[in-house]
Amino acid sequence: MLSEVTFGQYYPSKSFVHRLDPRVKILLLIAYIVMIFTAQNFLGLIASLLFLSLTIIFSGVPIGSVLKSIKAILFLVIFTAILNILFYSPKQGDTHLFWVVYVEGLISAGFLALRLISLVMGSSILTLTTTPVSLTDGIESLLSPLKLVKFPVHDLALIMSIALRSIPTLANETERIINAQKARGADFDSGNIIKKAKALVPVLIPLLISAFRRGDELGDAMDARCYSGSKVRTKYKKLTLSVRDLIAFLVTVVAFAGVILLNIYELNVLAYFAKIWG
Amino acid sequence: MQAIEFKNVSFSYGDGDSRKEVLKDFSLTIKKGSFVALLGRNGSGKSTCAKLINGLLIPTSGTVTVFGMDTKDKSNLFEIRKRAGMVFQNPDNQQIASIVEDDVAFGPENIGVPRKEIKERIDYALSVTGTEEFRHSEVARLSGGQKQRVAIAGAIALLPEILILDESTSMLDPKGRKEVMEVVRTLNREKGMTVIDITHYMDEAVEADEICIMDNGVITAQGTPNQVFAQKELIAKCGLELPVSAKIAEKLKSAGLPLPEGILTKEALSDKLCELLRKI
Ligand SMILES: Nc1ncnc2c1ncn2[C@@H]1O[C@H](COP(=O)(O)OP(=O)(O)OP(=O)(O)O)[C@@H](O)[C@H]1O
Ligand SMILES: [Mg+2]
Repeated sequence: MLSEVTFGQYYPSKSFVHRLDPRVKILLLIAYIVMIFTAQNFLGLIASLLFLSLTIIFSGVPIGSVLKSIKAILFLVIFTAILNILFYSPKQGDTHLFWVVYVEGLISAGFLALRLISLVMGSSILTLTTTPVSLTDGIESLLSPLKLVKFPVHDLALIMSIALRSIPTLANETERIINAQKARGADFDSGNIIKKAKALVPVLIPLLISAFRRGDELGDAMDARCYSGSKVRTKYKKLTLSVRDLIAFLVTVVAFAGVILLNIYELNVLAYFAKIWG
Repeated sequence: MQAIEFKNVSFSYGDGDSRKEVLKDFSLTIKKGSFVALLGRNGSGKSTCAKLINGLLIPTSGTVTVFGMDTKDKSNLFEIRKRAGMVFQNPDNQQIASIVEDDVAFGPENIGVPRKEIKERIDYALSVTGTEEFRHSEVARLSGGQKQRVAIAGAIALLPEILILDESTSMLDPKGRKEVMEVVRTLNREKGMTVIDITHYMDEAVEADEICIMDNGVITAQGTPNQVFAQKELIAKCGLELPVSAKIAEKLKSAGLPLPEGILTKEALSDKLCELLRKI
């Protein structure tokens, strides 16, 4: 069971979004985040949510998996929303409801909550549709200009890649040590938090020692395979852009432009809808 | 030129009080294209020997040469490691990347092979080891035998002329062991690769052209499997056993069956027994 835990929450599929270049996905996520913070009103936010929904549809990821990511930050969202309502500083003309609560306060709290939720949902789309390995490749490639200022991009990428590949090994090892300690009468399940944390010490120490031993052997194995830093090194994996990436880019540009226009023409748009609905 | 030559090599770990001499005036020559099994009890110095070959360790005195290149000379190490690949015991501790093909690509990437050729080398290494079907799989999801074959593929992708296996089959079940040994035998017979197989399995050792037995940092016996396993007292003194079939043959002989000397493999034993049956 522990060994099934792979880092992140990748949802395997061959959808449009899955097949996008990881670099493009990372950049578009950044654009999306900027987009959310650019949106000054509910209309803009709704537009970016439409963009998000479009992405979810084309990623083939079940909406449940995306919503699950909100669960982790639900507390944070509610907490900030409540603070926003309680500490709202009323302006002239605001509608007072009761105690310190104003309609405008409620609206601004709702706006903030919606922003946070769309932020997290967008990020989770990236991790749901990109394997940690290609995420690493993407980050390495995006950081590669830093090589010019002698930043060790290659070493960083190698460290990330070895860390990623060690997760299943160490997860297995942890499980083995826990079982070994249980067989010796260790109790991991009862007592308060402090007691439980203390019970983990006899797991962590052998784990650490074994990680060092493994690291030592891995170093030998890397030497045996001619590793000598990044001097003469070539790279097998090459990320290539395709039409798909261009389409995704254009759609994002359109969405971004839409959000900006909605910021500027909010009142006009509202007036237009008001006219339609009479 | 010999593939590997140890000349009066001594080696110690640590220094001062914790100094431990592992090899003493050790000499050994390994011919190009041969399949050598290196045997010996735990702590006899086999792994030390292996690490001296590709310069992971450097002798305290004496010389180790690989195709005439001295491992002491740091400028040789790159070339030596390119030509002498090594596969270790635990597949989990020699894997670099998560995906099979990326892991196999690690060696060629290190020596600066152009991308197109890396792809050809991956194709070759995966097909020789019979692991093509796992190309895009995660190494973590493979079985032990499959992982170890991927590790061999990683070593072979450097197109070495020597392959050193340090107990590479010891964590595998009989099936996994057979898979790996078949790959190694093909490499030796068809590609002329020099193989040094360090093992505790006598039945695996019998398949080699030559057996070397180490004890306490020196070679105590060397020769064909038949020559070496004929020295029964020596085998026992070095903390080793005869292959299972040889032991059965011994038992049968002492029970009165007229079996000849030198039966080491299952096949030889069953042949001889059938011969006897036919005579009756
Ligand atoms: N890194 C080290 N530091 C100190 N001593 C070591 C080290 N590695 C091995 N030794 C010692 O050197 C001796 C030979 O070790 P080596 O690993 O070569 O034996 P081996 O024949 O491979 O044994 P095994 O069959 O158990 O693998 C052992 O007594 C061991 O304790
Ligand atoms: Mg050893």
